[in-house]
Order: sequence, then structure tokens, then C-alpha cells
Amino acid sequence: MTRGYRSQLAALLKRDLKVALRRRSDVINPLLFLFMVISLFPVAIGPGPDILARIAPGVIWVAALLASLLGLERLFRDDYQDGTLEQLVLLPCPLPLAVLAKILVHWLLTGLPLVLIAPLLALLLNLPLSALPVLLITLLLGTPVLSAVGAVGAALTVSLQRGGAVLSLLVLPLFIPLLIFATAAVESAVFGAPVFGQLLLLASFSILTLTLTPFAVAAAVKVSVN
Amino acid sequence: MWRWLHPYAKGEATYQLLGRWLPWVTALALLSLTVGLVWGLAFGPADYQQGDSYRIIYIHVPAAIFSMGAYAGMAIMAFIALVWQIRTAEWSIAAIAPVGAVLTFIALFTGAAWGKPMWGTWWVWDARLTSELILLFLYAGVMALYYAFEDARTGAKAAGILALVGVVNLPIIHFSVEWWNTLHQGATITKFAKPSMATEMLWPLLISLLAFALMTAAFVMLRLRHEILRHELHRPWVREELLNPKSASADINSQQEQS
Repeated sequence: MTRGYRSQLAALLKRDLKVALRRRSDVINPLLFLFMVISLFPVAIGPGPDILARIAPGVIWVAALLASLLGLERLFRDDYQDGTLEQLVLLPCPLPLAVLAKILVHWLLTGLPLVLIAPLLALLLNLPLSALPVLLITLLLGTPVLSAVGAVGAALTVSLQRGGAVLSLLVLPLFIPLLIFATAAVESAVFGAPVFGQLLLLASFSILTLTLTPFAVAAAVKVSVN
Repeated sequence: MWRWLHPYAKGEATYQLLGRWLPWVTALALLSLTVGLVWGLAFGPADYQQGDSYRIIYIHVPAAIFSMGAYAGMAIMAFIALVWQIRTAEWSIAAIAPVGAVLTFIALFTGAAWGKPMWGTWWVWDARLTSELILLFLYAGVMALYYAFEDARTGAKAAGILALVGVVNLPIIHFSVEWWNTLHQGATITKFAKPSMATEMLWPLLISLLAFALMTAAFVMLRLRHEILRHELHRPWVREELLNPKSASADINSQQEQS
């Protein structure tokens, strides 16, 4: 039986990846947006390297947050409209598991590219090189949380006509604890303070959301599909 | 064992029960609010360090505690609504959310007013203040989601799921003063330790706590009654209820107290 689930999940992953990759702009646009937001800050605040280094962790994280909101609305929208979501509910494989596959694909296409271009962003914002590994670890641990918590909001608002505004209203407050821990870790790395504890906290946060949110997303999908 | 609870899944039974309790709860709330606030604001001793400005504690602490208490109540109702599909529980989400949001706002506002003379600033981005602000956003999200759907039941369930997800914020608020080194002081009253305040100050605070609990309950009951009426307008019992002046006396009382 578990073997059956596994092949279903593999098929789901493959399908979601294929569908998402057909629409390259959905993958690239958030990254472009991220770059633009990042480049707005030096223009607005002034190009002083000290100031930029000081605000870099926060700016990168806020930009990552906003960029992850961009594609979020699409997470379940197309599947909802063409009826795929109903088929997903009817699958013999448990819905939280299927939803976890969708979250994973979303992370692969938005979270992972973000982690990959983060060194470039850090360079642009003059973040000290010593803090870069910590920034990458926080992004690696934190972006799955963005995808998972965002999926709850996306599933709740999928049947709404204009869900985007409500979606960001719902999801952003839930991102704040993550933002606090992640930026605190990077900032203490900038000042050379120990960061291990904060990274552990972030990791536990990540594990907790990844295990619990699929159930909330599944419940929300069921409510939305009716 | 739970048989006595079953009738209250129906709107009418809950409406009648709330109607019977509401005058008592309201009267007790008004009484304890008067006693607690007058005692605390006018007759309690002044603080040796903060002078008279500490007196805002009699509003700030109860409002903050019950902003979280209301959220916990809302989350429990959301759980009941999602698991047992009980409609009165769904409506009570809508009844509780605005009351909790106002309590949160009062806590933030009085906190700002207290922070100005004590900390020298209206607002700091400290953990407790930030997490209380998140609570306000969560209430706003629950309300926005509740009314965003065409179908009221879908809205209630979606809001319920959000309310349950947001429960993670409650322990964050509660322990924020212990986990982080914050400007906000630690808890004054804890269950297990001797309270860190003088008895003459403690009593009015405890009475205000009771008063805010009763007041919250009264507002929620009133709102839930209206919510039940709004959703069951098409039922015959509502028509009877509204046209029959005998059993409507409780309504008139509550309206007088409002105005």
C-alpha cells in the first residue's frame, strides 16, 4: 500500500513540476521582482556600504517574503479551476501527503532559486562574507516555511474571486515569527555572535510547520472544493 | 454524559439560553467593572516608582489577557465547528472575533499610553508588543476571511481553519517576555508563585480581571444572539420570537444597556 502511495506521489510531483515549468515566467518573475526590490533599497536609502550591510539581512528576508507571495495565489488556482483539485481530494493517497507534494514543488520552484541567487543579493547589499553561510542556512530552513504556511493561505482563498489581497493579509502575520528568528540569526552572524541556538530554533520551526501545515492545507482544500 | 449539550447545537435553544443568561452576566460585568475600576483608579495606593500612571494596569492587563482568552475561545469554537460541524459554533467565531480584536486594540493602545511616560516611547518593536500586534492582524484575517465568501458556511470553516493555525501565536505572546530579553516586564500574576505586587493593588486588579471576563462574555453572548437571528431569519421561531413581546423583554433590556 505504501508503495502505491509512493508511485502516486512521484507521479504528482512529476506532473506538478511539468505544469509549472511550462510556465517559465512564473518561476522567473518572482526572482526578477526580488532583484528589483533589493535594488530599490540602495537607491532609496543611499549607497553607503555601512548602512547597506546593516540592513542587508532584513532587506533580503523581506524581499524573499514578498517574492514568495507573488506566485502563491497560483498554487491551487489553476488546479481548482480545471477540477484537478477535486481529483486530488479523491486520490486514495491521503490528502495531506498529496498537498505536501505540492508544497515541495512550490518550494523547488520559488524557494530553491531564491537560496541560489542569495549570494548575489548579499554581494549587492554588501553583507559581510562571514555572515553569508548563516544567511544561506536561514533561507534554506526558512523558505520551506514560506511555502508551507503560504499554502494554507492559498488553499483557504482559492475559491475567492479576488483572493490575492485576502491571501497576503492572512499569510503575512504568520510569517513574522520566522522573519524575527531568521534576521536575528543573520544579524548576530554579522556581529560575530554565536548563532547556533537561533539556527536550531529556526530548524525546529521549519520541521514543525512542514509536519503540521499539510493537515491544515488538506482541511482548507476540502472546505474550498466542497 | 453530553446529552445536556446536544440541544444547543440548534440556534433556537442557544438563543433562549443566552437570552436568559445575558441580563445576569451584563449586570455582574457592570458591577464588577465599576468596583474594580473605581477601586483601582481612585482608591488604590499609588506606586512608589511609577506614581499614578501605573493605574492603567487595571485596564491594560485584563484587556491583554482576555484578548488572548477570546482568541483561545474562538479557536476552541473553530475546532468544534470543524470537527462536529455545529453551526452555533461556526457563528460564535464571527461573534468572538470583533470583540477579541477590540480587546487587543485596547491592550495595544493602553500599552502605548503607558509606555510613553515609563519607557519614553509610544512603541518599541519588542517581542511582546510585536506578537500582540500579530494577534490583531490574525483577528483581522479571521474576520476578513469569514465575510469574504459568498457561501457563509464556507467562510466560517475557512476562518475556523485560520483561527486554528493562528493558535501558535498564543504561546509566543505568553512566553515572549521569558524567551526574549524584552523591555516589557514579566508577568505580575502567576498561578504558582506569590504575586509580585502589593495586596491593596492586587485585589482591584483581580476584580477588573473578573470584570473584563464577564464583559467579554456579555458582548460575545449579545453578538452571538444577533448572529443566530441573522442566520435563522427564515425559520418560523425567529418570526415568533420577534413578534412576541413577552419573551422579547430580555432584548429590550440589553438594548437599553447598550445605549
